[in-house]
Amino acid sequence: MTDWGDSLTIHKDRMSKRPPILQLKSLTKSFGTFNAVDGIDLDIAEGEFFTIVGPSGSGKTTLIRMLAGMEQASSGDIILSGTRINDMPANKRPTCMVFQSLALFPHRTVGENIEFPLKIKGVDPAKRRTRALALLDQLRLPQNYYGKSVLRCSGGERQRVALARALAFDPQILFFDEPLSAIDYKLRKTLEKELKDIHRETGKTFVYITHSLEEAMVMSDRIGVMRAGKLVQVGTPNEIYSAPRDKFVSEFMGDVNVIPVSMNGSRKVTADSFDKEFAVAAIPEAFSAGHLVIRPEFIRFVDKAKDADNVLEGKLYNEYALGSRIQYQVRVGENVFIVEKLRQQSSTLRRDQTVLIGWDAKDGILVTG
Amino acid sequence: MAALHETGKGLSQGARNALPLLIFLLVGFAAPLLAVIAYSFMPERSFGLVHSPTLINYAGIFTGNSYISFGWSLSFAAFTVCILAVVCYPIAYGLSRVFGRWAPLLTLLFTIPLFVSENVRLYGWILFFIKNGVLLGTLKSWFGVELESWLFTRGMVLLGMVYVYLPFMLFPMTLGVSMVPNETREAARDLGASRFQVFREVELPLSMPGIMIGLLLTFVLAVGAIAEAKVLGGQTIIPITHDIEIAFTYAQNWPLGAALAVLLMIVVGTLVLLVLKRFDLDAILGRR
Repeated sequence: MTDWGDSLTIHKDRMSKRPPILQLKSLTKSFGTFNAVDGIDLDIAEGEFFTIVGPSGSGKTTLIRMLAGMEQASSGDIILSGTRINDMPANKRPTCMVFQSLALFPHRTVGENIEFPLKIKGVDPAKRRTRALALLDQLRLPQNYYGKSVLRCSGGERQRVALARALAFDPQILFFDEPLSAIDYKLRKTLEKELKDIHRETGKTFVYITHSLEEAMVMSDRIGVMRAGKLVQVGTPNEIYSAPRDKFVSEFMGDVNVIPVSMNGSRKVTADSFDKEFAVAAIPEAFSAGHLVIRPEFIRFVDKAKDADNVLEGKLYNEYALGSRIQYQVRVGENVFIVEKLRQQSSTLRRDQTVLIGWDAKDGILVTG
Repeated sequence: MAALHETGKGLSQGARNALPLLIFLLVGFAAPLLAVIAYSFMPERSFGLVHSPTLINYAGIFTGNSYISFGWSLSFAAFTVCILAVVCYPIAYGLSRVFGRWAPLLTLLFTIPLFVSENVRLYGWILFFIKNGVLLGTLKSWFGVELESWLFTRGMVLLGMVYVYLPFMLFPMTLGVSMVPNETREAARDLGASRFQVFREVELPLSMPGIMIGLLLTFVLAVGAIAEAKVLGGQTIIPITHDIEIAFTYAQNWPLGAALAVLLMIVVGTLVLLVLKRFDLDAILGRR
């Protein structure tokens, strides 16, 4: 497909050499008969940036609250550095959480918030102050914020204070429960990068929760996609991107074209909605019916039916500017295709124009379910 | 020029809208207060405001033994507030965090007695505690135990005050406790705090606005208490409110009653202001 294969193996090597710091064994949380978290098995390596991504209600927040000790697991094991910590209360766990609401102490200054865990540990005031000032520096906050009320800080500054407070605790693992979800786009992008920098600087294990796969892609070493209490797929961002396990994961990736298909010979599938056959490069083992997933950037406008392995005729319905790219909506009969191209100076494409779109067999991914 | 002319017309829109309420407050609130203050400077046993002002009433109070009544009122109010704080905090915590769907029912149970006159409720306690009454009569007929009645003791007065003013402490306190975001508790715990440290560092300071309002409200009400001492205390203590009542009624000495009332206002007002200055409610609530 591309050169992803290489970076992928390098990545896998780097990760597999580290021992797991956190192991989950058939971890389950039930509320009555409903399993919010349903038998999760997972190893998280030391120093890893692991992101759990899933839609709301998928159980990801319940999962992280169990890991942080705020919810009791119904069954299964949480093993931290070889020790089962299921029954360890939150204040004894060497882990720390950055909340969605940040949960800063509104009656305290920035400095007092950051020093809170040190005060609890009984560190003397002078040392606390030194550490707090160093953390302000590390999180790119001005030193004179030490005495400022947290209520007078902006959204981004509060994020940094919350992270500084968590780092002051010096946890083995930092948990993040969608801390950036209420932040505007531009600042979120900045903070995502800063967070990844902080991860690199501190070398700590980060376990991050978000509903945005885009956010997960930017920051993570590995991603676990969660749905209805189960981990659907775990892998590097590239693995998830290039080889989604099923329709749910592929659609969660953002705008993709998903066509219901059934198997028809060794290199072909039938799409009933188009009354057509499409060429595919590889068919998974024991595949009989499922979906063909084609990413919008792999579909291109072609001149002739022979210019791509699969070609369809459609009508250009609309276009949307997405920064450096332009997304086109092409209607093929009852179906809508999304096509993305890099923005170009001269585009001859007009609305309602009849176009040919095509993709190569190797760019279609077959998924079951 | 037009704008200048407009403003020259007199009251602004806002002031005109506030005028009815302003007049109501002046007539209904400020005028009686000023009348009391004015009376306190009139000669003894006078019933008009036409005499030349004198400090004789205040002089009389300071040389007399009114300080005993002041002492009873202030100390019983202080005791009441302390007991209420200890009693109400757990209930407030329960109402906002533990009792769940039972909380509205409990709130209702605490509210219903307010619909019954305070005196009627106090006489209810009399029936309960009096010799051969509900409690002692039952003990006597069932177990043959004969105990002295606790009525007409100082403890009984305190019980009555705690009972009567409980809702005024409980409800602001419940509001205060429910204002604490749960995630701040969890965050403090997550950052290593023990349950007691969570309470001391997060829970208590963040629910302080509600607690302070409860403390001040019950203190001011309890200083003005009179029925508890009269009904349950049987004159074992004489609160300052009783002195004021006597001066205005039996003694027919309005200026003395007025002077006592003014002194009480000054003492309570000063205490409240001192507390408010110490605990800046706006700062606690994070408005600045």
